Amino acid sequence: MEIRTLTIDSVQAALRERRASARELAQEALRAARQANAETNAWLTFAEERALAAAARIDQMLGRGEDPGPLAGVPVAVKDNIVTRGVRTTCGSRLLEYFIPPYDATVVERLERAGAVILGKTNLDEFAMGSSNENSAFGPVRNPVAPDRVPGGSSGGSAAAVADGNAVVALGSDTGGSIRQPASFCGVVGLSPTYGRVSRYGLVAFASSLDRIGPLARNVRDAARLLQAIAGRDPRDSTSAFAPVPDYAAAFDGQVHGLRIGLPREYFEGLSSATAVQMEKARALLESLGCKLRDISLPHTPYAVACYYIVCTAEASSNLARYDGVRYTWRAPHAETLAEMYSRTRGQGFGAECKRRIMLGTYVLSAGYYDAYYLKAQKVRTLITRDFLAAFEQVDAIVTPVSPFPAFRHGEKLDDPWQMYLSDIFTITASLAGLPAMSVPCGRTPEGLPVGLQLIGPHFGEPLLFRLGEAFERAGGASL
Amino acid sequence: MKITEQEVRYVASLAHLELTDDEVKRMTHELDGILAHMDQLRELDTENVEPMAQVLFPGSENATLREDEPHTPLAHEEALANAPLSGAGQFKVPRVIER
Repeated sequence: MEIRTLTIDSVQAALRERRASARELAQEALRAARQANAETNAWLTFAEERALAAAARIDQMLGRGEDPGPLAGVPVAVKDNIVTRGVRTTCGSRLLEYFIPPYDATVVERLERAGAVILGKTNLDEFAMGSSNENSAFGPVRNPVAPDRVPGGSSGGSAAAVADGNAVVALGSDTGGSIRQPASFCGVVGLSPTYGRVSRYGLVAFASSLDRIGPLARNVRDAARLLQAIAGRDPRDSTSAFAPVPDYAAAFDGQVHGLRIGLPREYFEGLSSATAVQMEKARALLESLGCKLRDISLPHTPYAVACYYIVCTAEASSNLARYDGVRYTWRAPHAETLAEMYSRTRGQGFGAECKRRIMLGTYVLSAGYYDAYYLKAQKVRTLITRDFLAAFEQVDAIVTPVSPFPAFRHGEKLDDPWQMYLSDIFTITASLAGLPAMSVPCGRTPEGLPVGLQLIGPHFGEPLLFRLGEAFERAGGASL
Repeated sequence: MKITEQEVRYVASLAHLELTDDEVKRMTHELDGILAHMDQLRELDTENVEPMAQVLFPGSENATLREDEPHTPLAHEEALANAPLSGAGQFKVPRVIER
């Protein structure tokens, strides 16, 4: 079996027609992933035992004529900030290098119940904080499309594993663009679903009001299938939504004629020239599909980066307080007092970006600055959300670039944190508003670097994004 | 200057984060730059705007009450399994109370 080109459909067909067993697929995928890992560093841990056990269960069920589930035998990668019982979960941090979770995340349970085979855990920026995957304590990931470039972040390992063909689909997490931006840099599909659509139980918290789990895949249909398996209310996450999960496959009816699409002018300023060229081609393609394009304005966009980095650092400083050397595997040696143990463990355990965010977050929440920064940012978050809600009175979907530029070189943005933060400028707005947003491949630059088109929908508008994304893909969006 | 080295040391103490002298210098410079960008929000009039702490949906979407049903919690030894130091069924830390 050629793992690199498998889809969820072709895996199902191969199993059904007995051209391969789930065990053979898992073994071949693990072999390919190990080999690729020497080049990309996309994987942190392989879960061979667990994968082969899951595959054996699928083969047994098939042998008995039972239905092993909609994702039967599909090799999946899971970002290493999603906990897996008995399989090391590091969050890309030295602090958790030897952390073995005692339970599975809800999404992991649901994946395996649907028949998926989890191959292992993928590299990420430490605690999902970064836009280039260069903040991993276990080394950067190289973009399989262009090894001198970053894969994006923070779900860089998941995006690279899918782009490289080691996994058919992957789970990532997205707080400010951490699924969409790496998907665009690596040329794959990535969806950040509506906030609350997918349970966060077992996702190691970074910024709880923004964190979401979502799929990365090589085509829109596979992304939809993965979401189908993991979406829905979970009593263990009180923020998970009660809204019923629709049948996403029903979205693929190709009906995009007459769809009203807004192009917010604030998102088409300051683009790299190659990105701008791809956006023009996307515009023409959408028009040829019969979509009605119109220019719109989301006036508070210029304030989004400042707003986001106040809100997310504040929440992060609180969430990361638990890594104090008491419960989670690593403690700095030679501390005499409890206070010393806390501060040394944290000072020696966290990498530079985590420390920066803990400091910023603590500062904006501290007495005297709370109103000026944190409360102010929460109010600006309301304004940014209102921009979107007003726009969705006029249009069905909003289309923008995912990033102002394609994948950059390793080290290129490490000297200036604000420049790195600006990589997220077009993705964090939908994050703040809790809206579903998807990155779909939109051709390549003359240098061969992938560009991503972002589709943003109203809350719970995933079916619309799938329909539009699939129509764009089918019309040749990836090879524009 | 938005922030001084002295303030950086104070914030680090609030966060229980030990920083080296070099880190304090670098952090002061970096935070100063970032906070200057964040001050951009002051341009906006937010007088009558409600703060948004969470993404909420109308209706029952976020009704979070559930039945109070007992369930089996994580076993003691599993909960302690990742502790750097434990004993007698407890997490162990440096002595807090002097005898």
